[in-house]
Amino acid sequence: MTTRRTFLTSSAMTAAAFAASGWPARAENAPGVTDTEIKIGQTMPYSGPASAYGLIGKTEAAYFRMINETGGVNGRKINLISLDDGYSPPKTVEQVRRLVEQEQVAFLFNTLGTPPNAAIRQYLNDNKVPQLFVATGAAMWGDPQHFPWTIGFQPNYQTEAAIFGKHILATKPDAKIGVLYQNDAFGKDYLIGLKAGLGADHAGMVIKEASYETSEPTVESQVVTLQGSGADTFLIAATPKFAAQAIRKSYDIGWNAVRYMTDVSLSVAAVMKPAGLEKSKGVITAIYYKDATDPRWADDSGFKQFAAFVSKYMSPSEMADSNTTYGTLAGATIVQALKQCGNDLSRENIMKQAGNIRDLELPMLLPGVKINTSPDNFYPIRQLHLARFNGESWGLFGDVMTD
Amino acid sequence: MTATTESRPRTAAPSMVAATRLGWGIVALVALALPVYASGYHLYQFSQVLIYAIALLGLNLLTGFNGQISLGHGAFFAIGGYGAAILITKFGLPYWAAIPIASAVCFVAGFLFGFPALRLGGLYLALATFALAVAAPQILSYKGFDAYTGGSQGLQLAKPHPPFGLPLNIDQWLYLVCLGCAAALFWAVANLVRGRVGRALVAIRDHPIAAEAMGVDAALYKTTCFGISALYAGVAGGLSAITVGFVSPDSFGLPLSLAFLVGIVVGGLASIGGVIFGALFIEFVPNYADQLSVYFGESAKALPGAIYGLLLILLMAVAPSGVAGAIRAAVRVFDRALRS
Repeated sequence: MTTRRTFLTSSAMTAAAFAASGWPARAENAPGVTDTEIKIGQTMPYSGPASAYGLIGKTEAAYFRMINETGGVNGRKINLISLDDGYSPPKTVEQVRRLVEQEQVAFLFNTLGTPPNAAIRQYLNDNKVPQLFVATGAAMWGDPQHFPWTIGFQPNYQTEAAIFGKHILATKPDAKIGVLYQNDAFGKDYLIGLKAGLGADHAGMVIKEASYETSEPTVESQVVTLQGSGADTFLIAATPKFAAQAIRKSYDIGWNAVRYMTDVSLSVAAVMKPAGLEKSKGVITAIYYKDATDPRWADDSGFKQFAAFVSKYMSPSEMADSNTTYGTLAGATIVQALKQCGNDLSRENIMKQAGNIRDLELPMLLPGVKINTSPDNFYPIRQLHLARFNGESWGLFGDVMTD
Repeated sequence: MTATTESRPRTAAPSMVAATRLGWGIVALVALALPVYASGYHLYQFSQVLIYAIALLGLNLLTGFNGQISLGHGAFFAIGGYGAAILITKFGLPYWAAIPIASAVCFVAGFLFGFPALRLGGLYLALATFALAVAAPQILSYKGFDAYTGGSQGLQLAKPHPPFGLPLNIDQWLYLVCLGCAAALFWAVANLVRGRVGRALVAIRDHPIAAEAMGVDAALYKTTCFGISALYAGVAGGLSAITVGFVSPDSFGLPLSLAFLVGIVVGGLASIGGVIFGALFIEFVPNYADQLSVYFGESAKALPGAIYGLLLILLMAVAPSGVAGAIRAAVRVFDRALRS
C-alpha cells in the first residue's frame, strides 16, 4: 500500500516538476546547457565556522574564468553559481533546491563538507542530478550502487591509512603498531583503513589503540600508554594541535618508534615547528599534491602554470593556501569530464564521463599521481606519495602508492 | 477568568486594533494561498520561515515577555530535532507522534534548566545558556551516543507523504503541517500573554520584587516559562528535522542560537506578530547578503557576513524597537494625521 502510494506520489511529483520547470522532454542536454553556456552550481561555506574553505569556491570561479577566456569547453562557457550555505545542512538543502529548481543548473560541483553533502545526496539522487567531485574526506562518497549520481574526489582517510598499512607490511613485516586516533568519524575511518591495508591476516599487528577527545587538553598520557604497550610503530591520526603534542612527547620520552602521521596535520608552520623541527625528523606522511610553498617546485612547469594562473586571476597572497591548489585540481577535473562529454551534455552522459576519467595528470598533482574513475570506482584520487620530514620540509621517497 | 478583553491595557487606539486585525488577516490569506502558487523550493523556504517563527515565538515569550535572556535556544531546537529524528528512524514512530514526544522532552529539559536560571540574572543567564549552545553540537557527536545519533555524520530521515491520499506533493504537505503547528502555537501564546499569566510574566520582568509582593510565584512562573519556551523550540526543531530530512551536529551550531536572538530583536521584543518579521529576516537576509556580495567582484565572496552585519546595523538604526515597533509607530503617526 504504502509503497504503491509512495511510488504514485513521487512519480506524480516528478511529472509535475518536469511540467512546471519546462525541462526538455528530449533526453539530450541537461537543463542549464545552451549552445554557448553550461550552468553549474555549488554551495560553499563563505560565512560561518568553516569559512576558510570558501577560498576553494573562489579559486574555482577564477579557474573557470580562465577557461572561459581561452574559449571555454567545446565552445561553451562554464557559468558557476556558487552559493553560501554557512556550513549549515538546512541551508545547503535550500540553496541546492534553488540551484536545481530555480536556476536550473546542469549539475552540482564540489559542494563542500560532509554534513552538507550528506543532507542533499538523497534529493540529488532521487532527481537524477549529478553531485560531482564532492569536497569531503569521508569515505562514504564512492558508492555507485546505492548512489549512482554521487562521486567523491580527494583521497579519503581510509585510503591514506591503507597506504600506511601497506608500507608497514613492506618495510617492517613484524611491526607492532600503536595507534593514536581522534574519537570521531575521521579517526575511526583511519583505523578501518589501516586494518584494510594490513589485510585480515595481519590485523593483529595493531597491538594498542588509544583515542582522545578534542576537548582534552593534551594527549601525552595516551602516548605514554602506547609506548608502554611495546609498540615500535606509531600511527598518529590526529588534528594539528594533538599531532604536534604526540610528536613532541614521543621524542621526549625516548620512544624510538617509526612515526606515521595523517596528512591533515602536515603543516610545517602549525605542527612541525610547535612540536620542534628536530623532534619531528623522520615522521612519515602521505601527500598527493604539490605544496605551493615548497621551494623544490620553483622550476617545475606544473607549478609555474599554477603560479601564473594565481597571479593573473587571484591575489598572490592566496598562493600559499592549500585550498587554492585544491580548487584548481577540482576545477581541472570537471573541465576534463566536460571535454569528454563532447556535444552530448545530458545528465546521464555527464555522470558517465565523470565516472570514466583515465589517467588524468594535472599540473599540481605530484608526479605519478593520476586521477582515475570507472563505473565501479567513484574514488577519483587513490594514489599518494610517501614523504619523510627532514627537519625543514617534506622529502618524497619511494614510489606512488595505491590503496 | 473575566473577559480577557476587559483586562487589556486600553492604550491601544481603535485604529491600531483595526490595523492589527487587518495585518493578521492578510498574513493568514497569504499563508493559505501560498501552496497553490509557490514552487516547491519556495514552499521549503516558507516552511523554514514558519519553523523559525515558532522557535522565535518561544524565545520571545522567555526573553521579550519574561526578561530571561537565552543564547542557547539552538540547544533545545537540537533536542527537538534529534529527538524526532531518533524516534522516527530508530524506533519507527510516525512523525506526528515523534514531534510531540520530542517537544515534551524539551519542555522537561527547559523546565529543569529554569531552576539554575532562577539564580542567574541578566548577563549571567545569557552566559549559562551560551554554554548550552556551545556544548550541544559536541554532545551530539559524542561517541557514546553514536548508535542513536549517527555521530558527526548525522541521521537521514525520509520525508513524510501526505496522508489519506490528499492531492498534495510532499513540499505542500510539509508546509501545511508547519503552518498548522504555527497557527496553533501562535494562538496559544497570544491567549497566554493576554491574560493573568501574561501580566505576571511582564511584572516579573519589569519589577520582580513588586511582582512577588503582589503574590506572583516568581520561581514557578519563570521555570514554567522556560519550559514552554523550550517546548516551542522543540516543536520547531522536530519540524525542521522532517522538512530538511536530515539532522547533524552542524545543523544546530552556535550561529543558530545567535540567529534566534537576532530574530526576536529584529522582529521586536515582546511582540507576537513581530516574530514573523524576525523569521523572514533570518531566513532571507543572509541569502540577499550572499547575492549582494556578487556585485563586489569575485574576490569579495568573503563579504556576505559583512553585508549581513551592515543590514542589521541599518535596521537597528532605523527601527530600534524592531519591525513591530516601527509599524506601531507608523500607525500612530497615520492615526494622528487622520484626526488633526
